[in-house]
Amino acid sequence: MSAPDRSLVGAAARPRGWIERFCRPVSGNRRTSFGDIAIVAISALFLGIFLVIPLATIFSLALKNGIHAYFRAVTEPYARSAIWLTFVTAAVVLPINLGFGLAAGWAIGKFEFRGKEFLTTLIDLPFAVSPVIGGMLFVLLFGAQGIVGPWLIAHGVKIIFAKPGIILATMFVTSPFVARELIPVMQASGSEEEQAAISLGAGGWQTFFRVTLPNVKWGVLYGVILCNARAIGEFGAVSVVSGNISGLTSTMPLYIEVLYDDYNFSAAFAVSSLLSLVAVLTLVAKRIVGRHVGVGTAASASADEELAA
Amino acid sequence: MALKQNRSILPGFGLAMGITVAYLSVLVLIPLSTIFLNTAHMGWHHFWSVVTSPRVEAAYRISFGASFLAAIIDSMLGFIAAWALTRYRFIGAGILDAIVDLPFALPTSVAGITLTAIFANNGLIGSLLAPLGIRVAFTRLGIVVALIFVGVPFVVRTVQPVLQELDPELEEAAETLGATRARTFARVILPAIVPSVLTGFALAFARGLGEYGSVIFISGNMPLRTEIAPLLIVIELEQFDYRAATAIALVVLLASFVILLAINLLQRWTARTYAL
Repeated sequence: MSAPDRSLVGAAARPRGWIERFCRPVSGNRRTSFGDIAIVAISALFLGIFLVIPLATIFSLALKNGIHAYFRAVTEPYARSAIWLTFVTAAVVLPINLGFGLAAGWAIGKFEFRGKEFLTTLIDLPFAVSPVIGGMLFVLLFGAQGIVGPWLIAHGVKIIFAKPGIILATMFVTSPFVARELIPVMQASGSEEEQAAISLGAGGWQTFFRVTLPNVKWGVLYGVILCNARAIGEFGAVSVVSGNISGLTSTMPLYIEVLYDDYNFSAAFAVSSLLSLVAVLTLVAKRIVGRHVGVGTAASASADEELAA
Repeated sequence: MALKQNRSILPGFGLAMGITVAYLSVLVLIPLSTIFLNTAHMGWHHFWSVVTSPRVEAAYRISFGASFLAAIIDSMLGFIAAWALTRYRFIGAGILDAIVDLPFALPTSVAGITLTAIFANNGLIGSLLAPLGIRVAFTRLGIVVALIFVGVPFVVRTVQPVLQELDPELEEAAETLGATRARTFARVILPAIVPSVLTGFALAFARGLGEYGSVIFISGNMPLRTEIAPLLIVIELEQFDYRAATAIALVVLLASFVILLAINLLQRWTARTYAL
């Protein structure tokens, strides 16, 4: 969106009418043509129908039965338990995948070794696997008829249809986020500063926390934001392993399905609106942090690689 | 795997590499190997009878067909949207640009119930289409609509940076030299962006194949008609038929690996062609 004063400056520079106030080509000294308007209109219609209308619909349907019904829906015991479980899952998964991402970033970004490309592919692998299949892997391992499942169940350890399964499936699905943001950023920042610190007598950890981390902090944050959004919102993988027992193994995205299948639509959308709020905050945070990661530069090549999510 | 490090004075390679490899082994490699282990156990005949049963075959046809169609539509409209966002200043452009990532951030079950509400016969858009005889929710068209939603950012965000890098002066030069706009587009712009559009298409297609949450609400899930492959995996798991689930999954998994390999080759080929 152009600021009004800027469009006035432009108006003095080149011939333009009222249409140019709403829409004009970025480059070239030409007026807005019918074709220009058509391109912008098609885009606005496409993104409007598929993205803007759905987002607005969630909030309008959530509040359809009034604010009281809304608060009742998001504070009743099953909803509270789902919110809590979602929060706990994210709180467990995020630090683990952050640690993994830092380790992978350090190893792959700062060192040269054989098999690097293979390792990078392996890190990205969970993005290529359908979430349902990701969840299935843990059922095959830990399910009642899985490989180690029967033995574990006999010893009182329940993973599938229980919280550990939810956490494992979420870890699998979100493991690449921090790592794949961090590897290119670590690579781009080079290792000269670290080498200088080490030769001046700094310890390894000191170098890492004082030199490396400040250099890559925006990349870390970017990865954590994306990882968090997915950890909170994962449905397919978690759905397979959780059993979706309300009050016990139901995360927010799963609880929405329960409400929806019970024809409790306004409650389903009320809980959805909380998740949508997180999604909107994610978009805002992603935009702000993305600016620091440097959109349009080499380091941000990762920004569009993350698309393989 | 030979992970031998070249000499470096930086410490911590062993520790970082150890954590990375251990984590990936436990979380990704060992679980993934169970698929191949399970399929090997079941034997070729059993495998083949599962993946060629009418219900599974229909699900594959629906999954591949709908993903392909949605990825095509995303490629065309996503390209136009990326074009508009990079080449025009218009009111609302900032918001539209930010909202492109919504399908990444929004949980798929939320997307699923919302699209169903909008495209149902009494929904905001469904009620406009119903008099025309177009039913979206609980039909195959609904599956395509859900997959279009999921795929939007893949195309826009792959094409956008390439369009931004493309120097508008190049186009102006072509036009100054007497090329028509159509000719400029075909000769200057198209060759530069085709690889990114293809990559976006492939990413959207691969994502569509595995998509579950946003589809199962709008599709109605009628066997042979609107059942997608990931749903059949879930159904088999619920019936504790792990082998059948594995067999169905293996085909989907191999398909997405092939698509990803194609993307990699495409990007390597592009890098070689353009980085002279």
